[in-house]
Amino acid sequence: MLAYVVRRLLLLVPVLVGVSMVSFALLQLVPGDPALILAGEEATEEVLTRIRQEYGLNRPLPVQFLAYLRHAVVGDLGVSIQSRQPVWTLLKQRFPFTLKLAFLAILVSATLGVVAGIIAATNRNSPLDIAALLGSLVGISLPIFWLGLLAILIFSVRLHWLPSGGTGSLKHLIMPALVLGAASSAVIARTTRASMLEVLRQDYVRTARAKGVSDRLVVYRHALGNAMIPILTVFGLEFGYNLGGAVLTETVFSLPGVGRLIVEGIFARDYPVVQGALLVVATTFVLVNLLTDVAYAYFDPRIRYS
Amino acid sequence: MLTSTPASATAEVLPAARRRSPGFWSDALRRVVKSRAAVSGGVIVGLFVLLAVLAPLLAPYEPLRGRVVDRLQGPSAEHWLGTDELGRDVLSRVLYGARISLQIQIAAVGLALLVGTALGVTAGYIGRWPDMLIMRLVDIMMAFPGIFLALAIIAALGTGLANVIVASAIFLVPQFARVVRGSVLTLKEMEFVTAARALGERDLTIVGRYLLPNSLAPIIVQTTLRMATVLLTASGLSFLGLGVQPPSPEWGAMLSNARSYMITAPHVATVPGLAIMLVVLGFNLLGDGLRDSLDPRLRE
Repeated sequence: MLAYVVRRLLLLVPVLVGVSMVSFALLQLVPGDPALILAGEEATEEVLTRIRQEYGLNRPLPVQFLAYLRHAVVGDLGVSIQSRQPVWTLLKQRFPFTLKLAFLAILVSATLGVVAGIIAATNRNSPLDIAALLGSLVGISLPIFWLGLLAILIFSVRLHWLPSGGTGSLKHLIMPALVLGAASSAVIARTTRASMLEVLRQDYVRTARAKGVSDRLVVYRHALGNAMIPILTVFGLEFGYNLGGAVLTETVFSLPGVGRLIVEGIFARDYPVVQGALLVVATTFVLVNLLTDVAYAYFDPRIRYS
Repeated sequence: MLTSTPASATAEVLPAARRRSPGFWSDALRRVVKSRAAVSGGVIVGLFVLLAVLAPLLAPYEPLRGRVVDRLQGPSAEHWLGTDELGRDVLSRVLYGARISLQIQIAAVGLALLVGTALGVTAGYIGRWPDMLIMRLVDIMMAFPGIFLALAIIAALGTGLANVIVASAIFLVPQFARVVRGSVLTLKEMEFVTAARALGERDLTIVGRYLLPNSLAPIIVQTTLRMATVLLTASGLSFLGLGVQPPSPEWGAMLSNARSYMITAPHVATVPGLAIMLVVLGFNLLGDGLRDSLDPRLRE
């Protein structure tokens, strides 16, 4: 187990270096002189020279990349062109909100998805099962931004139940979390159903039934625990996708998260902010996936990673 | 029949032998037709393609021109789905939007299919360091959750139709590479491939004649499902204002505009979203149905 974790941590290194390379390359891929982009269109020649010095833009690219990496490791992600604040400070303000939103969404979708999945699996081919299947198909097909708009239209504009955007109370987060979690609920419901059906076919479930254990106990005591293992992986993956979906949800509900930050950064050509946000989000996603895989190995002793 | 002249006998025997064993594809086709998911998905997709192709004939108005006096009208006999903030006919715009969606889907999925298959075959067939290199590359691309990789591309290249296609395609490349690599890895250990190699077939022939045709089923399923993903990504980018730009009747861009008039004219925001959902649903249904009928491992 320890060897597996160490191996996975080592495998993480090339991925993280690659991720920083992508984020570093962004500024190089943008047409035009990086110094001019960083300094703004109306910069004088002296300012440009100073910027080139400061950012080391006149050094070879590999040297620049190593410097970028060295700074990124200690949290120095440069300075925002727009606000002149350190990118790290901006991320510290914005990222926790996105994490909170993605976490709430996974909480909602885990509850909804697992319950729906169990009901579907234990009532296979019944109208309930078909409804759950159809519901999950619609769930993964809904464009999240449209679902958000519809939710605002119904719950804010018509019914006045919930605020249409902004932050302040938990009430502000109900709709965004539900909307963001909709697709995940569908995926989790499908996985739960499939995994439950698989487990219910196993010999030990038949043994339990044969010795007279009640249906309810078979499902919750014997089957669910084992069925949860593959579902766990999906939780991790879906949490990551919720980070991605947060970009759209935050736009629909005008929420101050990192998704909004990156979109505003792209509009304002504030490349240090875009680079920093990409780096932090990708790193988080990779770490969450690692944690999920380790949890998977821990909970399923049948799996031996060599 | 076998008592006729020898020449016609050989001509008759071959098709008869073929008829006796229906083969994978005709067998699969029978199951596809029987699959309710595949058929209903196929009908939606077929309808969508038809509407997209025939949009110029079907649309009652021009998609980009409207009369401001007609702005934000509800559904009526003249405008079945109402008008938008510039008095443009929503039905006509949604129909023309289908063309843009289909264009993006075909171009992006096609591009991703080509690049992803090339990467997957190289990684799976050659193995060793090319495999290491390609799979690390795939890991790096997959480290950006959801739409973030597409956002990175847009940040570098800028907005617009062509860049949306490139961004959505790059987003899909890792998925195709993984599926194709997995399929090639399984196939290349099989006896018919060993036999082909023993007969001295060149690598390219083995890939072209044995590996790719036998990987077709998972590739078809992926292609169908990714047609759904790509529409969500592309319309999402346009909704953010980072994709296809107005006044183009791209569905995501239409939704983005409609946000400002949601209270007075909710129908403008309803129709393009419904269109996206139906098309995505169609491709998902078709893909699921195809997977169940094409994947021999799922046969019970």
